[in-house]
Amino acid sequence: MDQKIRALALARWRVALALSAVVFALYFGFIFAVAFAKGAMAVEVVPGLSWGILAGALVIVGAWLTTWIYVAWANSHFDARLSELHDKGTKR
Amino acid sequence: MSSPVPTTSLGEPNLTAISFFFVFVVATLAITFWAARRTKTTEEYFAAGRSISGRQNGFALAGDYMSAASFLGIAGLVSQSGFDGLIYSTGWLVGWPVVLFLIAEPLRNLGKYTFADVVSFRLRQTPVRVAAAIGTLAVVAFYLIAQMVGAGNLIRLMFGISYELAVVIVGCVMLAYVLFGGMIATTWVQIVKAVLLMGGAALLCVLTLAKFDFNPATLFAKASEMYGAEVLAPGKQVANPWDAISLGLALMFGTAGLPHILMRFYTVPDAKAARQSVFWATGLIGAFYLMTFVLGFGAMVLVGREAITAVDKGGNMAAPLLAEVLGGTGLLGFIAAVAFATILAVVAGLTLSGAAALSHDLWVSVYRKGDAPRDEQLRVARAATVVLGIVAILLGIVFKGQNVAFMVGLAFAVAASGNFPALVLSIFWRGYTTGGAVASIITGTVASLVLIGLSPTIMVDLLGAETAWFPLKNPAIVTVPLGFVAGVVVSLLAPETAARDGFDAKQRRMIMGVE
Repeated sequence: MDQKIRALALARWRVALALSAVVFALYFGFIFAVAFAKGAMAVEVVPGLSWGILAGALVIVGAWLTTWIYVAWANSHFDARLSELHDKGTKR
Repeated sequence: MSSPVPTTSLGEPNLTAISFFFVFVVATLAITFWAARRTKTTEEYFAAGRSISGRQNGFALAGDYMSAASFLGIAGLVSQSGFDGLIYSTGWLVGWPVVLFLIAEPLRNLGKYTFADVVSFRLRQTPVRVAAAIGTLAVVAFYLIAQMVGAGNLIRLMFGISYELAVVIVGCVMLAYVLFGGMIATTWVQIVKAVLLMGGAALLCVLTLAKFDFNPATLFAKASEMYGAEVLAPGKQVANPWDAISLGLALMFGTAGLPHILMRFYTVPDAKAARQSVFWATGLIGAFYLMTFVLGFGAMVLVGREAITAVDKGGNMAAPLLAEVLGGTGLLGFIAAVAFATILAVVAGLTLSGAAALSHDLWVSVYRKGDAPRDEQLRVARAATVVLGIVAILLGIVFKGQNVAFMVGLAFAVAASGNFPALVLSIFWRGYTTGGAVASIITGTVASLVLIGLSPTIMVDLLGAETAWFPLKNPAIVTVPLGFVAGVVVSLLAPETAARDGFDAKQRRMIMGVE
């Protein structure tokens, strides 16, 4: 029983860490680009829309996507395994 | 091409603003009256009886988080320095995925009212609670100063009343919500505010974009035509790259250490609802920060930089001025009232979390060793609320004229360096000890305060020294790692068997919830 809880905790921890790393890389990628590649960030993709502004908006979209991925994973995968554990707990 | 300086009615008592504000206060006090009759236990007072749904809590989190600094401050910053302001827009959102992945669900399953519940689980109560209360109160105090000073300035500018009177009004209305209606009233005030703020910002966005063929790029291009292409590119705000990176760290990890945000996760019935609430909050807050792109550049183009700084040097009036240009005095009044509501909702959340630290962590858990009669708990909670309300008003008056953004930065630095490492290590690391938890919180908090004291903001700008001892405005790049290292080193030097043995039970409850 506790072995299974530990395994589920580990699975959640892995997903959480991986997605945190993605958000961290996205945001600090943006910050590093802003800080060290100012010239490139100033180039306009279409008139008015610079790479900097586009990248900033994409960081926000990326944050949305990662939260969506996590919630989708947790609602299906994690919750299914959790309810299995709860069921076993009551039968025991 | 220079834009004409429009005359503004800002600063004169505005009938629409006062009517909207009056309606808001009456409506929220009615909510408070309703909530007060449902607030009979500590659980209702601090956690709304765990009856808030995931979606409702998502709105309330957004209302708790989006302060006047984000609405007026970012719009102002973008209107003055263009792209640089957007660094804040993104930074204030990326903390939310971190809250979701690492904190929200374990917090809900492990605690009752405060984040100290989670950190002190399996550890010795008294030292951890005292340290966590210090971490909480430090963050709450700096954040309160920022909100109260911001409130005083804004309301003085928008309604034409004195700074001190404005601070007292905010303090008293907020105190009415929190004292009588507790978390139930605070939650609904925050939900109403979130809807108003999102609606107001969306309305301004649509009206602005209508003048630019509904294409943001056309708006940005117009800004670049008026003020030069550099408004679309990184500029002087990121003159020192390490400053930008350090600020980024504070914003990203600070959100997960803000006590008033963490406390909201106890208002939902279970971990799944806590998860849903961050999902909603991230969606709302992200949409709002995307809108600040349009609001800031819209104000730059339609109001004009000079006209904005003519009203307020810091540029904080950009959004209200934009409203006036787009919709006349009526829209200005509405937006002014929304800004007022924004501040009230944030201040209420802060006061409640400070009161929880004082009464639940210090009085009940430390002084009474966890054994206090129920009616005494509620009495102490209300007394702590009154104390904090008065403190908030006094802080607002004493710190008149302080830089608001600086105070918010301070709050985020302390939250990221002290509270966040303690939470993460206590949740995920078996070997964490009482000494380690105290070391994380105290080291992170004290190091942040000391380095900010030695930073250019204090030493050069405030004290007039030639150079600062510490080169960065925000200390997070040093203090966040320091908070982690202090906790790990102290835990490794003095292992705690009882804490190690208690980890399995903690992990079980973290996953399974209360069984």
